[in-house]
Amino acid sequence: MSFSWAKPYEPKSAFGQWIDERLPLPRLVYGAIGGGYPVPRNLNYFWNFGVLAGVFLTIQIVTGIVLAMHFYASVDGAFNSVEHIMRDVNAGWLLRYAHANGASFFFIVTYIHIFRGLFYGSHKAPRELVWMLGLVIYLLMMATAFMGYVLPWGQMSYWGAQVITGFFSAFPVVGEPIRIWLLGGYTPDQAALTRFFSLHYLLPFVIAAVVVLHIWSLHIPGSSNPTGVDVKEERDTLPFHPFYTAKDGWFAGLVLILFALVLYFAPNMLGHPDNYIPANPLATPAHIAPEWYFLPFYAILKAFTVDFILPAKLWGVLAMFASILLLFFLPWLDKSPVRSGNYRPLFKRFFWILVADVLVLGWAGGSTATPIVVAVSQIATAYYFVHFLVILPLIARYETTLALPNSISESVLHGEQMESAPIGSAPRAPATSTAAE
Amino acid sequence: MVRVIAFFVGLGFAGVLLISLFIGIADTISAPVEATAEEEFHKHPKHLALASDGPLGKFDEQQLQRGFQVYKEVCAACHGLSLVAIRDLHALGYEEAELKAIANQWAIEVPSVNPDTGEAATRKAIPSDRFPSPYANETAARAANNNALPPDLSLIAKAREGGAAYTYSLLTGYRNPEPELLKKFPAAKPGAGLYYNPYFANLNLAMPPPLTSEGQVTYADGTRATVAQMSKDVAAFLVWTAEPKLENRHRAGIAVVIFLLFATVLGYLAYQNIWREAKRKVAPVGVLDPANQAKVRRAKAKSGIAG
Repeated sequence: MSFSWAKPYEPKSAFGQWIDERLPLPRLVYGAIGGGYPVPRNLNYFWNFGVLAGVFLTIQIVTGIVLAMHFYASVDGAFNSVEHIMRDVNAGWLLRYAHANGASFFFIVTYIHIFRGLFYGSHKAPRELVWMLGLVIYLLMMATAFMGYVLPWGQMSYWGAQVITGFFSAFPVVGEPIRIWLLGGYTPDQAALTRFFSLHYLLPFVIAAVVVLHIWSLHIPGSSNPTGVDVKEERDTLPFHPFYTAKDGWFAGLVLILFALVLYFAPNMLGHPDNYIPANPLATPAHIAPEWYFLPFYAILKAFTVDFILPAKLWGVLAMFASILLLFFLPWLDKSPVRSGNYRPLFKRFFWILVADVLVLGWAGGSTATPIVVAVSQIATAYYFVHFLVILPLIARYETTLALPNSISESVLHGEQMESAPIGSAPRAPATSTAAE
Repeated sequence: MVRVIAFFVGLGFAGVLLISLFIGIADTISAPVEATAEEEFHKHPKHLALASDGPLGKFDEQQLQRGFQVYKEVCAACHGLSLVAIRDLHALGYEEAELKAIANQWAIEVPSVNPDTGEAATRKAIPSDRFPSPYANETAARAANNNALPPDLSLIAKAREGGAAYTYSLLTGYRNPEPELLKKFPAAKPGAGLYYNPYFANLNLAMPPPLTSEGQVTYADGTRATVAQMSKDVAAFLVWTAEPKLENRHRAGIAVVIFLLFATVLGYLAYQNIWREAKRKVAPVGVLDPANQAKVRRAKAKSGIAG
């Protein structure tokens, strides 16, 4: 870690000493998520969502491994093996509902995590790689979630696979061969199901590996914070453990309660009824819709309705890929030296318009394509691109930002004289407020 | 450079979208989309309250038994229940002997192999069998049903928007097509072998009304078997076939939420305790300062201003 005051690991026992000299794994953990990682002391609850994403990744991997023991990846047997899990496997219903809703919660916390980064400028120097590795994780999550949704081989699984692999056929010349190569056939069939299962099992471990890189690159500059001001001295920080482990711990409990409420009392709320119908290549469902977490992208895809130079479908596919890829360039698009949106009045307004815009896109993606819905999705898609590619660079250039606090501790202490520093490192603050008349 | 390229890419996408938008508006004005018969006459399911609803919901065993009876005597002629085993009916309160009798007396036999000749044969069902399908295969099912395929009912309560309310509405929703419908959409008139039902997505379905008269089923528990009662009972039964572990799930959910609440409160108290020394202390200043507020109150009281 970078800060000079980071506490070094001190083995507490002879055995700990022995291990530390041979394999300093406890030292690594201590420095990464223990008392040896100094974290800005002013983090708000939006900083809890990274850890929560880790919690849900763990839930997905654990439930997924057990589900895979009972799942049968065959076009004839996959659907029934899922029902076998639901009916005959001990607590199988719990495993499957936890896995299906766990995916939704993984996306919920990840979206909050991403938007927190957007608002507080967490993507800005020196954390560009943290941001980009995060986007890689997000792309891997999307691929994993899509392939996982295909596995039960219900109607939405099948037709979702058909539509999503169909994106590739929008590209001229190479598109169709790529699609056939990806599917291992002309339509989703046994070859596609088997490889999706294989990759669905592989990718979460790739995600876990990229998470390690994400955290590693985060720990070089250290965590950002709501003021966006750099850490300058020891009293700006608190050790991760016990302060943030305690904060993350109780908050994880709160989110797990919400998870349990959905999982036990409304487990099919976020799913689609059609996926309880076995896949039928001869019957197209009335409305094909992806899972809720892909709906904004689905709206972007469907927003292009006119063949202007390129076919409309290709425009849609290009825009959909571009909508995520442009985020990789964000650190260079928004060059404002001020990180936190709290000190950027103009940026702040546009940020909330973006949040509303993405919600509108989600709504449009899940609605039947009436002329009104299509028109709304076109305006919302246009705003999405203009926001990132035109508005943000211009704001960064012309905005008058507010005065930043001199330091994190100054912003936290509000001019109070007595520092209430980490336990043991400063005298206790007086018990009562001494504000004089 | 990145920003210049981005600027033009952004304007490019926005431009194409604007063109799409204007052409779309022009198309809509020149050729307004006309409502279809389905959009105007398709009805949302009626309200249906079942004992299994809600976070504390439990199945009504008597009702499930009645629903099973309706399935056995009416639905099973055409609809399979291929994911449910006869032994599973134990959850409805049937004893082992009753299960054996149900299996033994099931009208449809289970495909098997003649042990002497190896030829295809059938045998009587046993409790560990899943409910035998009424048709040997899809072709046979379609041949017997005017080319329509009666869906398997195991998961129907989860596979349709509206769930049990949909099943109930469909079973009680048969009627003659509304005169306005026929006037406005002559093509929506049910064709040969189709029956009008506004709760079905395309308004006309191939299933003839299955429950038509009171007393079609004679309930063992003496409940009056009206069409609405039979529909409700079979809808409840199909909730059970789709989600047999519903009661376990609700019970486990209550326990888990109570445990998590307890753990979270403890976690929160630990967090408060750990942060006690490090928590930022905000000294109220200006109008929020208690001393200043007291001064304001005193001044107001003195000059007689209320509030």
